[in-house]
Amino acid sequence: MVYINGTASLSPQNSLDYNKFLEGIIEYEKDFLQSIKPNYKEYMKPIAARRMSKTVKNGIICSQKALQEAKVDIPDAIIVGTGLGIVSDTEKFLENMLNNDEKFLTPTAFIQSTHNTVAAQIALKLKCHNYNFTYVNRGFSFESAVIDAIMHINEGKRNILIGGTDEMSEHYFHIIRKNGRWKKTKVKNTELLNYTTNGAICGEGVNFFIISSEKNENTYSEIKAINTFYKPENSEEINIKLKSFLNNADTKINDIDLVITGHTGDAVGDKIYYNFLQENFRNKPASYYKHLTGEYQTANSFALWLGANILKTQIIPDFIRLNGNPISKIKNILIYNHYFDINHSFILLSQA
Amino acid sequence: MIYITGIGAISAIGNNVSENLHSLKNKITGIGKIKYLETNYKDEIPVGEVKMSDNELITALSLNKERAFTRTALFGIKAAKEAVDNAGITDINKYKTGIISATTVSGMGSSEKYYQKFLHTDFANDFIKTHEAADHTEKIADSLGIKEFMTTISTACSSSANAMMLGARLINNGILDRVIVGGADALSKFTLNGFNSLMILDREPCKPFDQDRKGLNLGEGAAYLVLESEKVVKERSKKPLAILSGYANANDAYHQTATSPEGYGPFLAMSNALKNAQLNADKIDYINVHGTGTENNDLSEGKALKKIFKNKVPKFSSTKAYTGHTLAVAGSLEAVYSVLSIQNNIIFPNLRFKNSVDDLNLIPETELIENINIEHILSNSFGFGGNGTSLVISKIR
Repeated sequence: MVYINGTASLSPQNSLDYNKFLEGIIEYEKDFLQSIKPNYKEYMKPIAARRMSKTVKNGIICSQKALQEAKVDIPDAIIVGTGLGIVSDTEKFLENMLNNDEKFLTPTAFIQSTHNTVAAQIALKLKCHNYNFTYVNRGFSFESAVIDAIMHINEGKRNILIGGTDEMSEHYFHIIRKNGRWKKTKVKNTELLNYTTNGAICGEGVNFFIISSEKNENTYSEIKAINTFYKPENSEEINIKLKSFLNNADTKINDIDLVITGHTGDAVGDKIYYNFLQENFRNKPASYYKHLTGEYQTANSFALWLGANILKTQIIPDFIRLNGNPISKIKNILIYNHYFDINHSFILLSQA
Repeated sequence: MIYITGIGAISAIGNNVSENLHSLKNKITGIGKIKYLETNYKDEIPVGEVKMSDNELITALSLNKERAFTRTALFGIKAAKEAVDNAGITDINKYKTGIISATTVSGMGSSEKYYQKFLHTDFANDFIKTHEAADHTEKIADSLGIKEFMTTISTACSSSANAMMLGARLINNGILDRVIVGGADALSKFTLNGFNSLMILDREPCKPFDQDRKGLNLGEGAAYLVLESEKVVKERSKKPLAILSGYANANDAYHQTATSPEGYGPFLAMSNALKNAQLNADKIDYINVHGTGTENNDLSEGKALKKIFKNKVPKFSSTKAYTGHTLAVAGSLEAVYSVLSIQNNIIFPNLRFKNSVDDLNLIPETELIENINIEHILSNSFGFGGNGTSLVISKIR
């Protein structure tokens, strides 16, 4: 059995504290959503805070909180998923290099630009010599970390720290908007599902978890199964993948009490979710969340945070409801996500 | 048991495995003057470039010129295809097959060419989509027709050693039957300037494990191995090349870019890999060391070697004097070389070594050794962020 025993989230919402998160949605009308800055002084020395990029700082804070919650000092592995890595430091070094014609370069930004910086800095802070890994595969980055953590538990390890982390920069947002990924205009996040245009709402966030072999008093949920699949041909292939996924997990469609989908406001991408729900879960309650966080490569880590908290508290806030289908006791949650129809994944969570 | 059934490689010393082997046996280095990379350091910093232009690669691979292929992806497709062909695979999806690729820069070589135009003008092209690390993995998967499982790893210089370790674990956990593992990295101005700013690039061809070493040379390329389960190997009745018999990943947790003076992370990676392979240290016949040629790495790695092997350090050499440090590729490229060592009963020399490091008194092999039976090889990869992984590759008994 694989359990979630600690969670932490920094996002454009008040997600560092679940009760505060439940108070209501924070509204934005912006090009892209940015994570709320925590009070860094509470977590690290000002010098360290100035030196580190946002992703690294937020990764460290979330790892600390998740470890504390699960009462784990040193995890048996640190596994981070990030689609983009450390964009801010990468751009800083790249721009210095291009603007100064390869002259007068200092190494600081380069050192911190490598994709494995978050996992490395956490290891350094904890003096943790155990397994340390960083996945960088777009919408499979975080999912790979989950698969790896489950394998570690199956191999006899006890507590695994995993995280999904991505930051968005002005420049990278601007460049990617050119190829049609993001909406052309500012997006009002509370109206996300009313848009009929192509392009997603863009965002960022950091979500960390302790995955454990044993239950404790802080356990959120069980992770029953996960599966990733690449570029399915059509909705039929997605439905077939769903059936074999549930079959392998010994679960029936009817056992699913809530479906969490990754609607982004993109007409093309959301059609896949609507079809999926219509064809498989017509009468089931469904929730969405990317109006809270925006879309990013590791956004599914926020869905896992949400699902884990829902199973623990049995509270589903109104502002994430996708339909009015009646809710009974939540025992099993299916999370379905796709990143621009390239990376698809299912995660099955159950009450512990 | 995890079998290695196919290998593919492209590096500064050859566009395929047999060319690499020829160079290794004949002491032909790939380090030299920059030809393809656009940089002001062309005449100043030697590197290990692959001796093919992007266009030559596109033609050789019969790819559509209209599509956006980064140099990293081109290397990746070339080497991965060679590995799959070498394994004699005709129907790739007959078994649950995955692809795990490693990279540090992925599309940066293209991004840096267009970045300012993308940012400051209306200009757009498909290289916007190739910046992210997964791009090269997707291109390889698409060209091989792999859909079952895909991921990309970036743990600096240990990246593709980690790809191999993950591949083995996915098979051992019953998630996959077969997996193509490795890495691809093309030289970029970004990487060259980054390492240059760290002042660890030798202005001459590098001298791993030498007292007077002055730093590393950057290299580029790709290397992939096909890993298969016992079940698949039996059914396919294809003779495997070697066994991936052990692996371990450990973190030095000392500094973002430097290794601890006593090499604690490297010590852990090596000793845990031996444990994982259920081998005593004295069973190792040869070590393909990380041996970058930097002051810091070679000293720390040497100390860790002495801690494990005491005064009986096995024969060892660094092949980075041939290829340069290929970053994310180093682990899988050196695993390919390890397979070649086992298959051909040879140990490759450590070029340009003269004097041993004062504190270490460790002398690598400097000439090609032939007709030597090699049962077990330890292969090391250590990198930024304290990430370190050791692999044990063994002869099939």
